[in-house]
Amino acid sequence: MISKTFTILNPTGFHVRPTKTFVQTAGTFPCKVSVINKGKKVNGKSSLSMLTLGIAVNEEVTLEIDGEQEEQALEALGQLLTEIHE
Amino acid sequence: MTQAWKGIAASPGIAIARAFHLASERFIPTQQTIQDSASEVERFRQAVAVSREEVEAIRASAEERLGADKAEIFEGHLMILEDPDLIEAIEEKIADEAVNAEFALHEVSQSFIELLQSMSDELLRGRAIDIEDVSGRMMSHLRGVPHMDLANLSEECIIVARDLTPSDTAQLNLEVVRGFITEVGSRTSHSAIMARSLEIPAIVGAGSAVNEIPEFSTIIMDANQGVILVNPSSEELESYQDKKQKDDVRRTELKGLRDQPTLSKDGKQVELAANIGSLEDIARAIDNGAEGIGLFRTEFLYMGRSSLPTEEEQFTSYKYALEKMNPKPVVIRTLDIGGDKELPYMELPKESNPFLGQRALRLCLDRQELFRTQLRALLRASRYGNLKIMFPMIAVLEELLEAKKLLEEEKQKLIAEGVQLAEHIEVGMMVEIPAAAVAADLFAPEVDFFSIGTNDLIQYTMAADRMNETVSYLYQPWHPSLLRLIRLVIQAAEKEGKWVGMCGEMAGDHTAIPLLLGLGLHEFSMSSGAILQARELIGQLDRSEWSDYANQALTMRSTQEITQFVEHTRNGVTQHD
Repeated sequence: MISKTFTILNPTGFHVRPTKTFVQTAGTFPCKVSVINKGKKVNGKSSLSMLTLGIAVNEEVTLEIDGEQEEQALEALGQLLTEIHE
Repeated sequence: MTQAWKGIAASPGIAIARAFHLASERFIPTQQTIQDSASEVERFRQAVAVSREEVEAIRASAEERLGADKAEIFEGHLMILEDPDLIEAIEEKIADEAVNAEFALHEVSQSFIELLQSMSDELLRGRAIDIEDVSGRMMSHLRGVPHMDLANLSEECIIVARDLTPSDTAQLNLEVVRGFITEVGSRTSHSAIMARSLEIPAIVGAGSAVNEIPEFSTIIMDANQGVILVNPSSEELESYQDKKQKDDVRRTELKGLRDQPTLSKDGKQVELAANIGSLEDIARAIDNGAEGIGLFRTEFLYMGRSSLPTEEEQFTSYKYALEKMNPKPVVIRTLDIGGDKELPYMELPKESNPFLGQRALRLCLDRQELFRTQLRALLRASRYGNLKIMFPMIAVLEELLEAKKLLEEEKQKLIAEGVQLAEHIEVGMMVEIPAAAVAADLFAPEVDFFSIGTNDLIQYTMAADRMNETVSYLYQPWHPSLLRLIRLVIQAAEKEGKWVGMCGEMAGDHTAIPLLLGLGLHEFSMSSGAILQARELIGQLDRSEWSDYANQALTMRSTQEITQFVEHTRNGVTQHD
């Protein structure tokens, strides 16, 4: 299992659009993806669970990835966390 | 008797029509024990599949009617229909607890709805309605009850409902729906956003008013004010019909100006730009016809966090803004912090007179690492659009030269590192300290542009704190002293062939605009909402005439004389036409 922490830059936080891209990307990897924010851990492949985290701008988010292709997943998903989405 | 109710004005306009109540009784299923849970799971999967087909069809038609970005919400609905934490949880509940699909669906979706509704973020609370929308759809298929379809309305009406789901709003038949009123919601709820893009009047958060509106009664909704009139008198109807007609004409006029250049009556072009304080403001600026960003305040990047933003983080934000506005210009002001604006993690010393202390560029020149990081991020982002860099709070030439030297050093370093930069980046300064205005001719050869920051220039010129009510009478933007300073700056710039903008509240003020135009200001930067009206006003003004009027105004003795003169002249001029 590998993990890394990122800071959210998207001005509106990690809302519907970024979550959608994130979950779609997470779904392309076989490994288990967990997202931790404010002490709560959810399934990174579920957009509803991701939304219930209410991730706001400038907050820290930790990715915990376990299984096949975990390195690639961490890179791709970490980038999505720090990107600015429209 | 007329009854008046208030709600939140969510999408402007006036509508007069009969009320149509959209029933929203919620079906709450009872728990039943199921013998064959495998076939019950199968029945649920069927409902999911049919729902998916329907949502896909709505998505396609919404894309056609509302454009791709509004249709995106239904891609979200499709994702909900595939969400493992929802769909698998329902299937597991059916299988493990041997309960009916309706009950499992209700229980699981309700737990998500409640979670979202309890969140402090308004936008996320609003997402609960997406789950309601999708689970309501699945529920009607499980029960074999048709899903209410708003596309079939055939009579002119104003829809009255507890809330409108995204599929409701996307399917509104605009031939007959004149507007809508909802009990819950805010300006940022989904239905409010949709109403604005459909350009139909909407009042949300009207509360109990919704239950007080009799079905099929004629009502007036003034969504400019957020007012609903039930049982209006015939005089009220007449007066509102008149108002509505004028309002509609006015709206079309202003909308027509959105993509037009800003020209004075005698054909002189100026630029109307927007002031922004966050990346979210950019879309609003574009919507309101901004020809550029005249002031991008970068403070938001530094606030509300526990450490300085990294170069990479800043780069991402600047790049986004530049790309979004490209090829229109974006004037980014370097950090204006210190004194009154607190950044706890920077541990700035307490000053007894913060507005006259080490703020903005003064701080940046002292803490060079902080400044260099921002400059590098700006330079790296430069090739993604039309960047102009602006330094705030300059009093003497040495400060400008020092800032420019640091910028040049970072530029050379980046070039040596092989980073690609824009070929030419304009560099300018704010004029907000009287010393810089009076001696603008000393600065003009060293900058590409000036931008007059009136909020600070007024308070420094008058030596009056604008937050102090006892001296607020001295906050006089139209005072001859201010106008004379502005003229000095414009004249100094013109001699060197440079341009001058203004990025204070004064730039959007309808008394100031004629004078500023007359004085030869090139760029007016204001809050987005003021742009279209300013463009309209400038179109009614003859710049060469106002150049004479402005010179006349500069010889007047008080603010009052000047404002009366402008009002009188402006009305005189526009009434003749």
